[in-house]
Amino acid sequence: MLAALGLFAAEEGEHAALTLSDGGVLAEWAWLIVVVPLVAAFAIIFFGKQMKNKGWELAVGALGFVGLYGVALFIANMGDGISFSDQIEIARIGDFAIEWGWVVDGLSITLYALVGVVGTAVFIYAKGYMEGEIRYTFFFGAFTFFAGSMLVLVSSPNLLQLIVGWEGVGLASYLLIGHYWEEKENSDAAIKAFMTNKIADVGLVIGVIIMGATVGSFRFGDVLEAAVTGDSALEEVAFWGGLALFIGAMGKSAQFPFHVWLPDAMAGPTPVSSLMHAATMVTAGVYLVGRMFPFYEDMGSDVRTIIIAVGVITLFSMGLIAMVQDDVKKVLAYSTLSQLGYMTAAMGAGAYTAAMFHLFTHAFFKGLLFLCAGSMIHAVHSNNMSDMGGLRRFMPTTYKTWLIGSLALAGIVPLSGFFSKDEILASLSHEGQTVALVIALAGAFITAFYMTRATALSFFGEFKGHGEPHESPSVMTRPLVGLAALAAVAGFANVPGLFTGFTDWVTSRAIPIVEHHAESFNFGLAGIGLAVGIAGIAAGWALYSRDEATQTARDRLEVPVLYPVLRNKYYMDDIYHHGLVRPIRDTAAAFVNWTNTYIIDGVVNGAALVSKFLAGIVYGGFDQHGIDFGINVAGAAAGEAGTALSYSQSGKVQQYAAALFVGVVLLVAGFIIFT
Amino acid sequence: MEWFDNGWGLSLVVFLPLVGAFAVMAIPKTNELVAKQTGMFFAAASFVASVVAILRFDFGNTARFQLDTDLTWISSISSNFHIGVDGISLPLVVLSTFITLLAMIYSWDHWPEPHNPKMFIVLMLVLATGMAGTFVALDLILFFVFFELVLLPMYFMIGIWGDRTPMKLPGFKREVETRLYAAIKFFLFTLFGSAFMLLGFIALFFRSAPHTFDMLALSEMGRAGLFTGSFGFWVFGALFLGFAVKVPMWPLHTWLPDAHTAAPTVGSVLLAAIMLKLGSYGFIRISLPILPQEAREWAPAIAILAVIAIIYGSLACLAQTDMKRLIAFSSVGHMGFVMLGIATLTDVGINAAVIGMVAHGVITGLLFFLAGSMSHRYHTREMARLGGNQKLMPVMGGILAFTAMASLGLPGLAGFWGEFMALFGSFNPLDGLSLGLFRSAMVIGAIGTVLTAGYMLWMLQRVNLGEPKAEWAGREFHDVDRFEMAAWAPLVLAILAIGVFPKIVFAATDGAVEQLVRSAFGG
Repeated sequence: MLAALGLFAAEEGEHAALTLSDGGVLAEWAWLIVVVPLVAAFAIIFFGKQMKNKGWELAVGALGFVGLYGVALFIANMGDGISFSDQIEIARIGDFAIEWGWVVDGLSITLYALVGVVGTAVFIYAKGYMEGEIRYTFFFGAFTFFAGSMLVLVSSPNLLQLIVGWEGVGLASYLLIGHYWEEKENSDAAIKAFMTNKIADVGLVIGVIIMGATVGSFRFGDVLEAAVTGDSALEEVAFWGGLALFIGAMGKSAQFPFHVWLPDAMAGPTPVSSLMHAATMVTAGVYLVGRMFPFYEDMGSDVRTIIIAVGVITLFSMGLIAMVQDDVKKVLAYSTLSQLGYMTAAMGAGAYTAAMFHLFTHAFFKGLLFLCAGSMIHAVHSNNMSDMGGLRRFMPTTYKTWLIGSLALAGIVPLSGFFSKDEILASLSHEGQTVALVIALAGAFITAFYMTRATALSFFGEFKGHGEPHESPSVMTRPLVGLAALAAVAGFANVPGLFTGFTDWVTSRAIPIVEHHAESFNFGLAGIGLAVGIAGIAAGWALYSRDEATQTARDRLEVPVLYPVLRNKYYMDDIYHHGLVRPIRDTAAAFVNWTNTYIIDGVVNGAALVSKFLAGIVYGGFDQHGIDFGINVAGAAAGEAGTALSYSQSGKVQQYAAALFVGVVLLVAGFIIFT
Repeated sequence: MEWFDNGWGLSLVVFLPLVGAFAVMAIPKTNELVAKQTGMFFAAASFVASVVAILRFDFGNTARFQLDTDLTWISSISSNFHIGVDGISLPLVVLSTFITLLAMIYSWDHWPEPHNPKMFIVLMLVLATGMAGTFVALDLILFFVFFELVLLPMYFMIGIWGDRTPMKLPGFKREVETRLYAAIKFFLFTLFGSAFMLLGFIALFFRSAPHTFDMLALSEMGRAGLFTGSFGFWVFGALFLGFAVKVPMWPLHTWLPDAHTAAPTVGSVLLAAIMLKLGSYGFIRISLPILPQEAREWAPAIAILAVIAIIYGSLACLAQTDMKRLIAFSSVGHMGFVMLGIATLTDVGINAAVIGMVAHGVITGLLFFLAGSMSHRYHTREMARLGGNQKLMPVMGGILAFTAMASLGLPGLAGFWGEFMALFGSFNPLDGLSLGLFRSAMVIGAIGTVLTAGYMLWMLQRVNLGEPKAEWAGREFHDVDRFEMAAWAPLVLAILAIGVFPKIVFAATDGAVEQLVRSAFGG
């Protein structure tokens, strides 16, 4: 349609490499993937209330469309591999073009399909979950906008549009996290998410500026081209540019030390958490590094040391916190942080495919786990596992699907997490990152442990809450089953040595990805990984499965020093609050306001007093002695003007004006005479 | 349409409101409706004329002054009635007629105390002439006349219709009414600045050969190096004072929070949306082309002051308890970005400044409308007493949230481009300017955007979110009425349109700015 209006400059397939197809009509019309949800979002907000299902039908329709289109592209991409991009110019400043566009290649297609499929499941589920909740229609409007913004980000062929989608996601998350804004706690969480991301975005914006200004274009194609062809100007700024971009990525992907917003984001309705932790938002940072991968592989390789360090720190430290949480959603939240750490570490190690593969499988099982958690919360009216227990008897479907998700997350063969996590471990080993490998293995143990703990506390033992919990309605359980199926089998998309489909799919890009980890299956490492996972499950089960244990001491890890440190999340919230927020918001702001009132305005008011005094002398002099004709005229003129103003009771304005004009006349005279 | 292109068109844009002002004056005070209709008619006519000007404007040649005329005016000082628009001034002319019309629509049903719509309309129309005239003037004396013309109406607006709450000045014994203090402060500050500006104009006149006040002729002489050395330095300084007060740049900004806060709603809107731009426009139109060498010398200082304004203004916002004053202070930071863009002396930076000016005009204009309507309903601007507005007035709250997001520079909305591109320009300023300084400015400016987001979100939380305070229990609030909607919807659309399709502004500015930069700085 837009093409028919002649808005698009036809540049299709400009960057397409020879071996890849341009995707044909399917890719040409892929902009619909972005536009449909955005239009739907506004339609829901403005017209949703009049509709039969209060706008939900539009939301799920839009996401369903994205899902179908995404899957169609996904399948098409399995053939030749697609690389296509097109754009329209929305402004031009000198040599810089500002463009909207869309890119259809292996990387973006993976995300289209993920957002669409997981999104559809979550939206169907949300119909049941949000039933009767306040601001139902607006919720679905914002939720659809959330997905739409993510698609703006993912579809972007240039860095500027990426920023637009990036902050659009931030805005949507603010609206959704703060959905129940009657409680200050919730709006605080929303602000925290927005602000933490905004701080990291300083990095993103600077990174984009460095790249754009140096290369002379914001297009990924041009930047990556410059990177792989060894452009010397880019080489010079590669480290700082790459680092700045990565700082932006750390914010969205909640990497240490920008992770603090994500656990608080639990304040939003559970479907939001599910989508946010699976396909949307937190994947954006990993996606950005993936999009820029040829750059990080080549010129930006120095930054990768930092990337891998950040990833490893995050995966380990956040996993530990997940071990001591009582809120089931917080267990999952810290688990997400930890898993994002895996993806980041893999990117840092140069394992593009492994990172994207883990992102892919994680989207299914983490989306699933959050929906399960929502189902549990819906049943017991509490987030806390201390109010659950024994739920397997009441909620069989939720229990079974949760179990599949947990085992996938713990990396148990043959569920999806096993394959993707193993691939990360294999890549770390392949790249000689021994320290990272050991920590990642320890992280795998921790993962299995906290998931077993959560499973035991909520599904086994006696029910400790009030009333009789019941299984959720089918509108909620069906998405669970669907996601569970995907979480179970998604791993087979890439089995090194046997079937490397995913590797081919995700690497069909204009600028080829150099990294190749298609080496044969590392049975030794896979075995160790599996053993570690099983050990984690065993340890968790040993500590938390016994009835008396579940009933009495919930936390068996109350180790001195370590336990309080973990419970307080390494005190980072306190450090930020007392070390950053309050000094700026309270102290510095108050100081600035004080200088404004007392220093700057003090000078101003003081000058006014002095002028008034001088004007008095001038007035007195001219009134009584008639000294100077010039002053006489100026003063009289100003006096006249002042009289006109006099009913405003200001009284003194004419005197100030007189003094000023006298001064100016003298200055002008002096200036003319002396120059 | 030949006549339109020969200066008549722009003359209509500029002087129709003034004619309207005289017409309204002739209407008896008691006949309010006719006064309102007349005022509306002339504001609309001026806006329509400016739209026709867009249609007649040749976008293929934005660097040339079009729709121009050059008539002898005051021959004794060879000052001409020389007007015209290029790609830089066109968006600002349209902005001024657009905002004036919306202000007129809003006013239809919202008259500040002590009422008297007739006089208020007269003042608005005089202001409109002054504002549009400043943007089309190509003669320094003409520019000065228009520049000063806005001063008195605004002085009266604040002084008569302003906030009557008594305030106490630190160090003074007596209490004064806020409106009086604010009005005098505004008047004297601006007068102080423009006195120096006039001094600079006169100095340029006497140095030019042949003596002229014509901006284009002076620009050529400036390029030829006629105004260099210490003469140029001081003249730039004098102009700087005049423009910087108006922008306002730190530390000459303190009139702004007082004036904006005390002014009646429409006064704040016009002040923020258009009058602040007179200053930044003066830099672009007069200081840079006529004194290019001096601009290079002053640029680092301007950049430093701009960055201070960004941080200082944002921090000051965080300390405010009065919603309107917070919005007022936000202008200091936002105009800091505009000035940072100008200081880079680059194509990108000056384009950023112009779109930043337009965006700030529509966004902050709307914020002041909202603040005005809210305080009209709640009879307070104290954020501690507000809260839960989203519950009491959902539409108003929604528009406020939208506008606050635009103000914090959300990409996809109008405010983003000016901010981002000012930072972008700072990365590679004009050759010869200190890279270290400007890149530091870029980083600090970027940090400023975080603070901006901080105070805007905090404001939203305190005003919009949470449960309404107990004092409003059982009270019915009238959500957005139709005049408000009619005045605000175009602004909302403009914010969205410029954000999604910035070419709306850049199509005009790009060529003109490029030409300006190339001829002045050879860049």
